[in-house]
Amino acid sequence: MHADPKGVLTGIHFIDGDHAACEGALAAGCRFVAGYPITPSTEVVERFASRIPLVGGVFIQMEDEIASSIAILGGAWAGKKVMTVTSGPGLSLMMEHIGLAVITETPCVIVDVQRGGPSTGLPTLPAQADMMQVKWGSHGDYEIIALSPNSPQECFDLMIKAFNLAETYRVPVFFMMDEVVGHMTERVAIPAPEAIDIVDRKWTTKKPGEYQVYMPGEDQVPEMVKAGDGYRIHVTGLTHDERGYPAMNPVAQDKLVKRLIGKIRDHREEIVDVREDGVEGADIVVVSFGITSRVAQAAVEQARTRGVKVGHLRLVITWPFPVTRITQLAESAKAFVVPELNMGQMVLEVERAVAGRAAVISIGHAGGTVHEPITILNRIMEAAQ
Amino acid sequence: MNELPSFDANLEQEFGLINPVMPYLRQDRIPHIWCPGCGIGTTVNCFARALTDSGMDLDKVAIVSGIGCTGRVAGYMNLDSFHTTHGRAIPFATGLKLANPGMKVVVYSGDGDLTAIGGNHFVHAARRNMDLMVVCVNNFTYGMTGGQVAPTTPVGPSQTTMPYGNFENPFNLPFLADACGAVYVARWTVYHVKQLAKALLEGLHKKGFVFIEAMSPCPTLYSRRNRLGDGVDQLKYYKEKSVIRNGADTKEVGIAYQGEIVVGKFVDRDRPTWLDSMNEHYGKVFGDRFTPYGVTDGQE
Ligand SMILES: Cc1ncc(C[n+]2csc(CCOP(=O)(O)OP(=O)(O)O)c2C)c(N)n1
Ligand code: SF4
Ligand SMILES: [Mg+2]
Repeated sequence: MHADPKGVLTGIHFIDGDHAACEGALAAGCRFVAGYPITPSTEVVERFASRIPLVGGVFIQMEDEIASSIAILGGAWAGKKVMTVTSGPGLSLMMEHIGLAVITETPCVIVDVQRGGPSTGLPTLPAQADMMQVKWGSHGDYEIIALSPNSPQECFDLMIKAFNLAETYRVPVFFMMDEVVGHMTERVAIPAPEAIDIVDRKWTTKKPGEYQVYMPGEDQVPEMVKAGDGYRIHVTGLTHDERGYPAMNPVAQDKLVKRLIGKIRDHREEIVDVREDGVEGADIVVVSFGITSRVAQAAVEQARTRGVKVGHLRLVITWPFPVTRITQLAESAKAFVVPELNMGQMVLEVERAVAGRAAVISIGHAGGTVHEPITILNRIMEAAQ
Repeated sequence: MNELPSFDANLEQEFGLINPVMPYLRQDRIPHIWCPGCGIGTTVNCFARALTDSGMDLDKVAIVSGIGCTGRVAGYMNLDSFHTTHGRAIPFATGLKLANPGMKVVVYSGDGDLTAIGGNHFVHAARRNMDLMVVCVNNFTYGMTGGQVAPTTPVGPSQTTMPYGNFENPFNLPFLADACGAVYVARWTVYHVKQLAKALLEGLHKKGFVFIEAMSPCPTLYSRRNRLGDGVDQLKYYKEKSVIRNGADTKEVGIAYQGEIVVGKFVDRDRPTWLDSMNEHYGKVFGDRFTPYGVTDGQE
C-alpha cells in the first residue's frame, strides 16, 4: 500500500537528519509518538510535535523514557504506528520495555541518536557505541532489527523501511543515528505518497472466537488486532501460549523463545541490507556503518589511487548482521578493516563471521568526533602490505 | 471471607450455581492464583458488578495491570487486557487511551506497583488528568515478592525487608492523588463491597483521572507475619475501624497501624482531560485547519 498523503511532505528540502527522520516517520504512517527530550535527538520529537496536530495524531512528552517506551506499546496495541526517540541515557532507561515489545510482538520504532558515553558522556558529540546495547541490553534471549543511516536522505528513506520491518516481523526496530547524521543538513528529496511503499499492520481477517492472539503464521509472525475490536485479547510479558495466556513452563518457554528468535534469524537473508562497492575479489574489505561509512569511503577511494584492491561493505542494516556475506568474502579477502565510533563492537561480529580465515583489523574510536580518513587509510595500507 | 459467590469453576458445575461475575472472567483461566482469604478477588467481584451496572459496551473497555498479585487481575478479566511491566501500567494505558480515545481504559494494580516503582507515572497522569480509572488494591505490602515493605506499609508492622518493624513514613494515597489533580478520589475496603462496587461504577462513568483505593487483606504475608490473624480478622479490622466520611479532607485520611480507616468518596470534581485540553487548544491555534482528535468515546 502507499503512504497516507497527510503525512508526506513531498518536495526537496534542506533539513538535518533529525528532521528528516521525523518526516520519514510521518510518511511511514507514524501517528503516535511518546518521547522525552535528550540531546542530540530532541529535534525529532520537536518536529513531530509541531507537525502532528494537522497531520492527525498525538505527540506526548512523557515524564521519562521508561514511560515513553511503554506508552508507545500501548499506542501500538490501540492500532497506531508508533515511535519513540532518545539517546544513550534514555536508551538505557528503556531496556525493560524492549523486552516487553519483543515478547508481546509489538511493532515499534525506537530512534537512538547516539552520543558519546558512558553515562552522560558527550551530550552534543557523536558516537556509535550503543550498537551492542540494542542487541543485548534487555534481559533474556531475543532478536531485534537495527538500521544505520548515514545521511539525512537516508534518515528519511530508511525510516520508512524501519517502520515496514517493524510491521512485517512485529519486533522493535532500532534506528541507529548519531549526532553528526542527526545534525548535518543536506538535501532531502521526499517523493510523492504514491511512490512510497508502506507495509500495513498484519491485521487478522479472522473473527473473534476463531482468532488466537499469538498463533503464528507460516512466517512465524502472528496476526494482530487492536484493542476495542471485540477480540478481548490478553497480552502479557509473561511467557505465554498461543491464546496469550501465561504458560510458565519449560515447554512453552522453548516454543515461544525459539519462535521469537526464529522469526528474525530464519529471515535474516531477506532482512540484511548491505551496500557494496568493489568487494568482489578485493584483498581488503572495509566494513562500516552510519556516519563512519562516509569517512571510510574517502579512505577507500584514496587507497585505490595507491593501487590497493580494496572494497567497501556498508551495513545499512546492522542487526541482523550479514554473516553469510562476510563469510563468503572471507574466502578471498586477506583482511577486513572495521572502523567504528566505539572501542570495537560490530568488529566482533565480523570476527565471528570471518572465523580466522582473514585478518580482522579494528579501528576503534572513543567518540566525540568522527575518524580522520587518514587513520583508516593508514590501516588499509598496512593491511595491504 | 467473601460474601459474594466464589469463583470455583468446579463448584459451579457441580451445584449449577450461576455466578453473575463469571461472564466477566476468562473462565478458562480459573482457578486463579490468589491465596485463600486474599481480598483481591473481592475487588474483582466488585469491578465485575460495576461493569454489569455500567451498561457499557465491554468491547470498548480495556484493563491494564502492572506486576504483582493484583497485577494478575488483567489476566482474568474477559476484556482487552494487558499485563505489562512492574510500575508501568499507567504509561502503557496512557498510550492505549491516546491512540484509541474510544476506549475506556482501567488501570488495576497493587500499591507497590502504582506508588513505588510507578509513583512518578501516577503523579504525572493525575497532573495531566489523563482519562484513566486507576484502581489500587492496597494490602500494605509487596504480596507477589513475599511481603516486603511497601510505600503504604504503616509505621510499626514487620515486613521481610523491615524485619524489626517498619520505620518509614507511608503515603496517604488519597491525599497524593488529590494533590496531583485527580478528579475523583475514593477509598473503600473489601468489607464495603457495595460501596466499592458503586465507586467503581461512578469511576467508569467519570471522565478524567479517577483514583480508587481498595483496602484489601494479604493474610499470607502481612497479617500472619504480624500476628493479625487471617483474612477474616482483617475484615473484622476493616469493619470495626472504618469510618465513612464522604468529602473528608484527604490530608486527614492517612492510616496508622491497625488504626482508623477513613473511607468514602473524598473528591469528585471536573477538569478538562489531557485530550480535551489538547483539542481545545489546537482548535484555537489552528482554527478550521485542525480536526479534533478522537472525540468519540465509543460508549455513546
Ligand atoms: C522491574 C521489576 N522490579 C521488581 C520486580 C519484582 N516485583 C514483582 S511484584 C512486586 C511488588 C508487588 O507489590 P504490589 O504492587 O503491592 O502488588 P501485590 O502483589 O501486593 O498485589 C515486585 C517488587 C519486578 N517484577 N520488576
Ligand atoms: S500473597 Fe497476599 S496479596 Fe498475594 S494472593 Fe496471597 S494473600 Fe493475596
Ligand atoms: Mg501490595
